[in-house]
Amino acid sequence: MRFKALQLLVHGLSLGWLGWVYYLGFSDQLGGDPVEAIIHYTGKGALHLLMLTLLVAPLSRWLKQPRLMRLRRPLGLYSALWAVAHVSNYLTFDLQFDWRLIASELVQRPYIVVGLTALLILLVLAVTSLPKLVRKLGRRWRTLHSGIYLALVLVCVHFWWSVKGFELEPLIYGLVALVLLSLKRRPLWRLAERAQKARPPMVK
Amino acid sequence: MKRTDAFNSGLSENDITDESVFLNRRQLLRQLGFIGAGGLLASTSGHASAGLLDLLGITDTPAESGFSTEPLSFAAADRSPGQVLTTEDKVTGYNNFYEFGTDKADPRRHAQDMQVKPWTLTVGGEVNQPLTLDYDDLFRFELEERIYRLRCVEAWSMVIPWVGFPLAALLKRADPNSDARYVAFETLHDPENMAGQRNRFAGGGLDYPYVEGLRIDEAMHPLTLVAVGLYGKTLPPQNGAPVRLLVPWKYGFKSIKSVVSIRLVKEQPPTSWNLAAPREYGFYANVNPQVDHPRWSQASERRITRGGLGSDERIPTQLFNGYAEQVAHLYKDMDLKRAF
Repeated sequence: MRFKALQLLVHGLSLGWLGWVYYLGFSDQLGGDPVEAIIHYTGKGALHLLMLTLLVAPLSRWLKQPRLMRLRRPLGLYSALWAVAHVSNYLTFDLQFDWRLIASELVQRPYIVVGLTALLILLVLAVTSLPKLVRKLGRRWRTLHSGIYLALVLVCVHFWWSVKGFELEPLIYGLVALVLLSLKRRPLWRLAERAQKARPPMVK
Repeated sequence: MKRTDAFNSGLSENDITDESVFLNRRQLLRQLGFIGAGGLLASTSGHASAGLLDLLGITDTPAESGFSTEPLSFAAADRSPGQVLTTEDKVTGYNNFYEFGTDKADPRRHAQDMQVKPWTLTVGGEVNQPLTLDYDDLFRFELEERIYRLRCVEAWSMVIPWVGFPLAALLKRADPNSDARYVAFETLHDPENMAGQRNRFAGGGLDYPYVEGLRIDEAMHPLTLVAVGLYGKTLPPQNGAPVRLLVPWKYGFKSIKSVVSIRLVKEQPPTSWNLAAPREYGFYANVNPQVDHPRWSQASERRITRGGLGSDERIPTQLFNGYAEQVAHLYKDMDLKRAF
């Protein structure tokens, strides 16, 4: 019963909060420049959800609450959703679908390329979260979904690179990311070996 | 009056948000259901929900001001119909003034206790007549209103009615000598009351006090303004009270705030953003759509006027921010890509 409530809370907050921010934006209650505000807000929201996603496994281990693991998929999916909102806000409200500008920004701005790479990873992970695909991928699913750590690092680089001067905030996020990386039970460098082993035997 | 008109006529049709486009967009959004009764409610209830929003860290607190601005008398600028100014709330709520924090809402939030009386502005260096102005002296010049576009290096812009006087009027009083080739400006240094100067992280990594500079011909240009007011009143702290510079054909960071010292000098003076990131911010910092910032395009800008999401337009950036006719001659033999 209490777990049901927790699940509802995750869904309600992730979706309701997003809707609320858009409501504030359209009604001009997001400060002087609602465009910058909503781009930053959804970007940081996506990062928060990504970090929460990575916190689920260690938490469920410490608290000995295996049920908590069922929150990991929705949190990861909502992180991808907020990231999509972040990029959509940038394209819609800031660049306003000026395709030439979008193309030149993509080519010339490394921090945007880094952010976009992270988004692509999150989208691949979102799609392969479908139960059918999870089963089909078997052992490889775990390897593939370790990509979330790569996404985390890329997002932090993207954040650090996008600010004008030297700011504390991206640094703090970077430190939290390092802590999350250190919490991972199986070290990342084992992944390469396991990916080798997981490759299906060549038939024929 | 005539003079102000000449300066304000620089605003052409495409600088100002077309009211019909603006209204259509609003309408479209309303049809999509984005702005319904809720939007109307929000506009009447104002900041009623500010407490909750603050808690969520989403909005800025409206100025619960310990600082009060005073009305000024001045020669008013011509406000031609259809000219869309940026609302006073946005002009005073969205500021880069790193002395009070790097978030654009920080200055309004943290600057309200700033003391501007007494104030001392000195004009010295290579001059025959060094000056020391106190707070009241700032308002003894012939004040006029000027509507200027302000183009930030971050690719957004506003249209703002300032009140002030030409810098040339002040410099002529000090009577620069023949060695005066540049003008160096300095912002108030008050770490006790400016968190950004106290703490390296809060101040965006700049060295303080903030310094800026102009070539003497730029400083003497009639468009270069010393502003002491905005929207008909004295400046609020977040906009650079009590006295700031405005160089409308250059990126906003050249228009130094809360100035305490103006010195005429022989050599090109150091400037804060150039010191912090010389590859990204030059001494000249003229608005130029053809010279990109290393990390973003300067070809266009988002004009902030009024309203929520979907009410801004992205417009092409103009060379010298649209003041080329008046200032291009200052740079006629220069490679603007190298002297960025």
